[in-house]
Amino acid sequence: MSISKEVVEKHGLTQIEFQKICELLKRAPNLLELGVFSAMWNEHCSYKSSKIHLKNLPTKGKVVVQGPGENAGVIDVGDNQAIVFKVESHNHPSFIEPYQGAATGVGGIMRDVFTMGARPIANLNSIHFGSPDHSKTKNLLNGVVQGIGGYGNCVGIPTVGGETHFDESYNGNILVNAMTVGLANKDKIFYSKASGIGKSVIYVGSKTGRDGIHGASMASAKFDNKAEEKKPTVQVGDPFTEKLLLEACLELMQDDSIISIQDMGAAGLTSSSVEMAAKGKLGIELNLEKVPCRELNMTPYEMMLSESQERMLIILNSGKESKAKKLFEKWNLDFAIIGKTTNTKNLTLKFNNKKVGEIPIDLLSNKAPLYNRKWSKTKLPKKNSKSKNLNKIKILDSLKRIISHPNICSKEWVWKQYDHTVMGDTIQKPGSDSGVVRIHKTNKGIASTIDTSADYCSAHPLTGGKQVVCESWRNLISVGAKPLAITNCLNFGNPEKQKNMGEFVECVNGIAEASKYLDYPVVSGNVSFYNETNEKSIKPTPAIGGVGLIKNIDKMITMNFKKKNSDIYVIGRTNGHLDQSIFAREILGEKKGPPPEINLFNEKNNGTTLLELIDKNLILSAHDISSGGLLIAIAEMCIKGKIGALIKKPKTLINPIEYFFSEDQSRYIVEINNDNVENITNILNKNSVFFEKIGNTQENNLFIQDELDLSIDEIEKLNNSWFRKYIN
Amino acid sequence: MLSSVIVFPGSNCDRDMAVALEKFGFKNSMVWHNDTELPKTDLIVLPGGFSYGDYLRCGCIGSKSKIIEKVIEFANKGGLVLGICNGFQILVEAGLLPGTLLRNKYLRFICKDVYLKIKNNSNTFYSKFKKDIIKLHIAHNEGNYFVKNDELKKLQDKNQIAFEYCDINGEVSESSNPNGSINNIAGVFNDNQNVLGMMPHPERMIDKYLSGNDGSLFFNNIKHKLSI
Repeated sequence: MSISKEVVEKHGLTQIEFQKICELLKRAPNLLELGVFSAMWNEHCSYKSSKIHLKNLPTKGKVVVQGPGENAGVIDVGDNQAIVFKVESHNHPSFIEPYQGAATGVGGIMRDVFTMGARPIANLNSIHFGSPDHSKTKNLLNGVVQGIGGYGNCVGIPTVGGETHFDESYNGNILVNAMTVGLANKDKIFYSKASGIGKSVIYVGSKTGRDGIHGASMASAKFDNKAEEKKPTVQVGDPFTEKLLLEACLELMQDDSIISIQDMGAAGLTSSSVEMAAKGKLGIELNLEKVPCRELNMTPYEMMLSESQERMLIILNSGKESKAKKLFEKWNLDFAIIGKTTNTKNLTLKFNNKKVGEIPIDLLSNKAPLYNRKWSKTKLPKKNSKSKNLNKIKILDSLKRIISHPNICSKEWVWKQYDHTVMGDTIQKPGSDSGVVRIHKTNKGIASTIDTSADYCSAHPLTGGKQVVCESWRNLISVGAKPLAITNCLNFGNPEKQKNMGEFVECVNGIAEASKYLDYPVVSGNVSFYNETNEKSIKPTPAIGGVGLIKNIDKMITMNFKKKNSDIYVIGRTNGHLDQSIFAREILGEKKGPPPEINLFNEKNNGTTLLELIDKNLILSAHDISSGGLLIAIAEMCIKGKIGALIKKPKTLINPIEYFFSEDQSRYIVEINNDNVENITNILNKNSVFFEKIGNTQENNLFIQDELDLSIDEIEKLNNSWFRKYIN
Repeated sequence: MLSSVIVFPGSNCDRDMAVALEKFGFKNSMVWHNDTELPKTDLIVLPGGFSYGDYLRCGCIGSKSKIIEKVIEFANKGGLVLGICNGFQILVEAGLLPGTLLRNKYLRFICKDVYLKIKNNSNTFYSKFKKDIIKLHIAHNEGNYFVKNDELKKLQDKNQIAFEYCDINGEVSESSNPNGSINNIAGVFNDNQNVLGMMPHPERMIDKYLSGNDGSLFFNNIKHKLSI
């Protein structure tokens, strides 16, 4: 059968790419081979548009055990313990089928982590929806939240953090980014690199069905009005099987049975077998009739391209087959020897002893196209003039509107649907600056957070990229954790458009600059392009997942005000930058101007100094100032602690509105005991950190002379009612 | 003191329960659902989770596991059996406890701290409690307890209601009912009061770092009772 233009197009390949395949193979591929090429050469699997820019990210550091390129990144947290973590997008499928799309996103990222020998100990997610008024948003929100919960709750991994955002730029493309943090022994990490010739290739887990065929290609294409017709490309999740697979794999990993292991994620059997062979510089031969199938008469093409979930490919040491088989049977999982490693360096596909396809591995991995796409720079926007008359605006009204805004308000409605306490080690719950889980049976804590700043990235990608790394760093510092490393999920529009490609390049450069400066390396990640519908793309939305270590959980900090009559200090300077703030958008109706500037020196200095204060037990509570500004941060600390605060207006020249609602960076609010003031100010001065006292905690009310006197109950109500009203 | 935690495919609070039992002095064994014999034991715990994925009906397939026959035998001889969350659902499906657990009233999974009013203070599980309101954690999708009126009356008459959801002051009302359970019931005993099923998770509240410590009261009390 010859391959027509239409068939090539349907596989998401360009005619030029098809020509390249023919040249490399020195013949035309058959349909199965074309399918395999399309699975490996699509944007999602090949990183063909992003690779040359991702090289700019710093990926090495003292704590890095394994950087990008494996199933997940690995960092050293001492005592022979390693943290394995990664974030991944499931945007396209979640828009088409929110429950299953989100659920399988969670399932996929957990498999990436336990594939490496780590037991997942925390899940997080970052989800972005269109405007609340958009007709699809409510349904998508419900479906995604229930899907994330449905999967994570069943497997029994606590969901300890995340974020939920609404913005009209996601009307046609929602974002679902799922992150998993796992714990392994540092000397017992499993990798995907195959080795040895004639070793058994084992298929375990669920049977292969016809679901998710071309899922990775779908995730590499933009949408139009017919997006829903792509439903059959969405996989269906079975968290119960995932739980069994998790336990069975971790049990098999106890001894030396496994040479290498890889989950069948995007592009299923194709990408898992090719990646294992490519890394080991080997060949692999698969006998496809041996693949356990859910449906009758499945063709080799369907088997190779199915993205059925909860499946793993394992290369076993010789002689371990019967023991492994017994173990998987105990867990009621399918087990089949479907092939072997070879020295041919080819992917050889057989069906009932007949060769049905053969492709040199090299062509699928290293020879995949690489693009240096054109991109355009975004100029730093001019500062918005201060023409607006801020004096007419009331602090009280602004506070009320911002604290109840869907992007600022409490997300309890969301995270109450996620089991966040299973495993019995959650010591800081969702709704905090970072989620913290204790490393089981130790006094160490792992803090994790996931953050985005699409408005800043959209206004100026380079600054936005820096900012989101700093935001993540700050969230970890605020709980008393030393930031160690990050994973990123880069959600962007169409890379074939210069503007979108430019947003990507500059955000990546911003991320690189900040993470290098903060010694906060990138150890894993994922790129999601083509978040575009009918030519309208999302705002550039890189998500940063950060992990930090609390060496002694007795020193962990929470954000709730602890008692009356403590002093409240701001660490970091407030300059009054309102452009791109929630206040500017919601109260002034103003979308122009640059995002707040990032000064990496101050960021690092303020953060490490706060960690020093925390380490010396001088801090009662801390919270970083982010979206919404200073007053919102204080209100949040009041709500959590059910304690009020008396706040003074600034003595500086800054207008009180700018002072209270600007989103200047590198700032924290801290609550301290008056006895410690001298000690603390000495340390801050010694480190040249800017700080100021802004008030005291008190009973009941948040109070600013002549401006504001609100009971904490009332603020809490404002903060906590949006979701319930919206959903009902 | 010996305890046994039954592990079903899909259990996910089995480890947490074992950790709690060991912390309070039990020598614990994990018992696989397919086993046909129980080890020597003073207490059997059916842990939380999603046995068999909660497919068909929560706890239904789990209640047909081989080991359940032995658990029933053990219970009928007066042995102490505790079912938490999915374990409660299994006990109900196995016929060891009355009633049934329906989908939560608002059709959503709920994970939060709740206050519980202790209704029965004369049983083996927690007769020594000094408090009559405790704080525990719930995390479930099907915790909406239901029994028919005549059965409810029997439960009340025979003092078989273990806990009711209440507020911080002990007020039992619709607003303190997280899942729609009839009469705010959070846990029930069998006739002999040697089998207890409850939706809240005491094993998640056993040290000061977690959101509370009232689970410790629970385990300490069972230990105390068993050692007399």
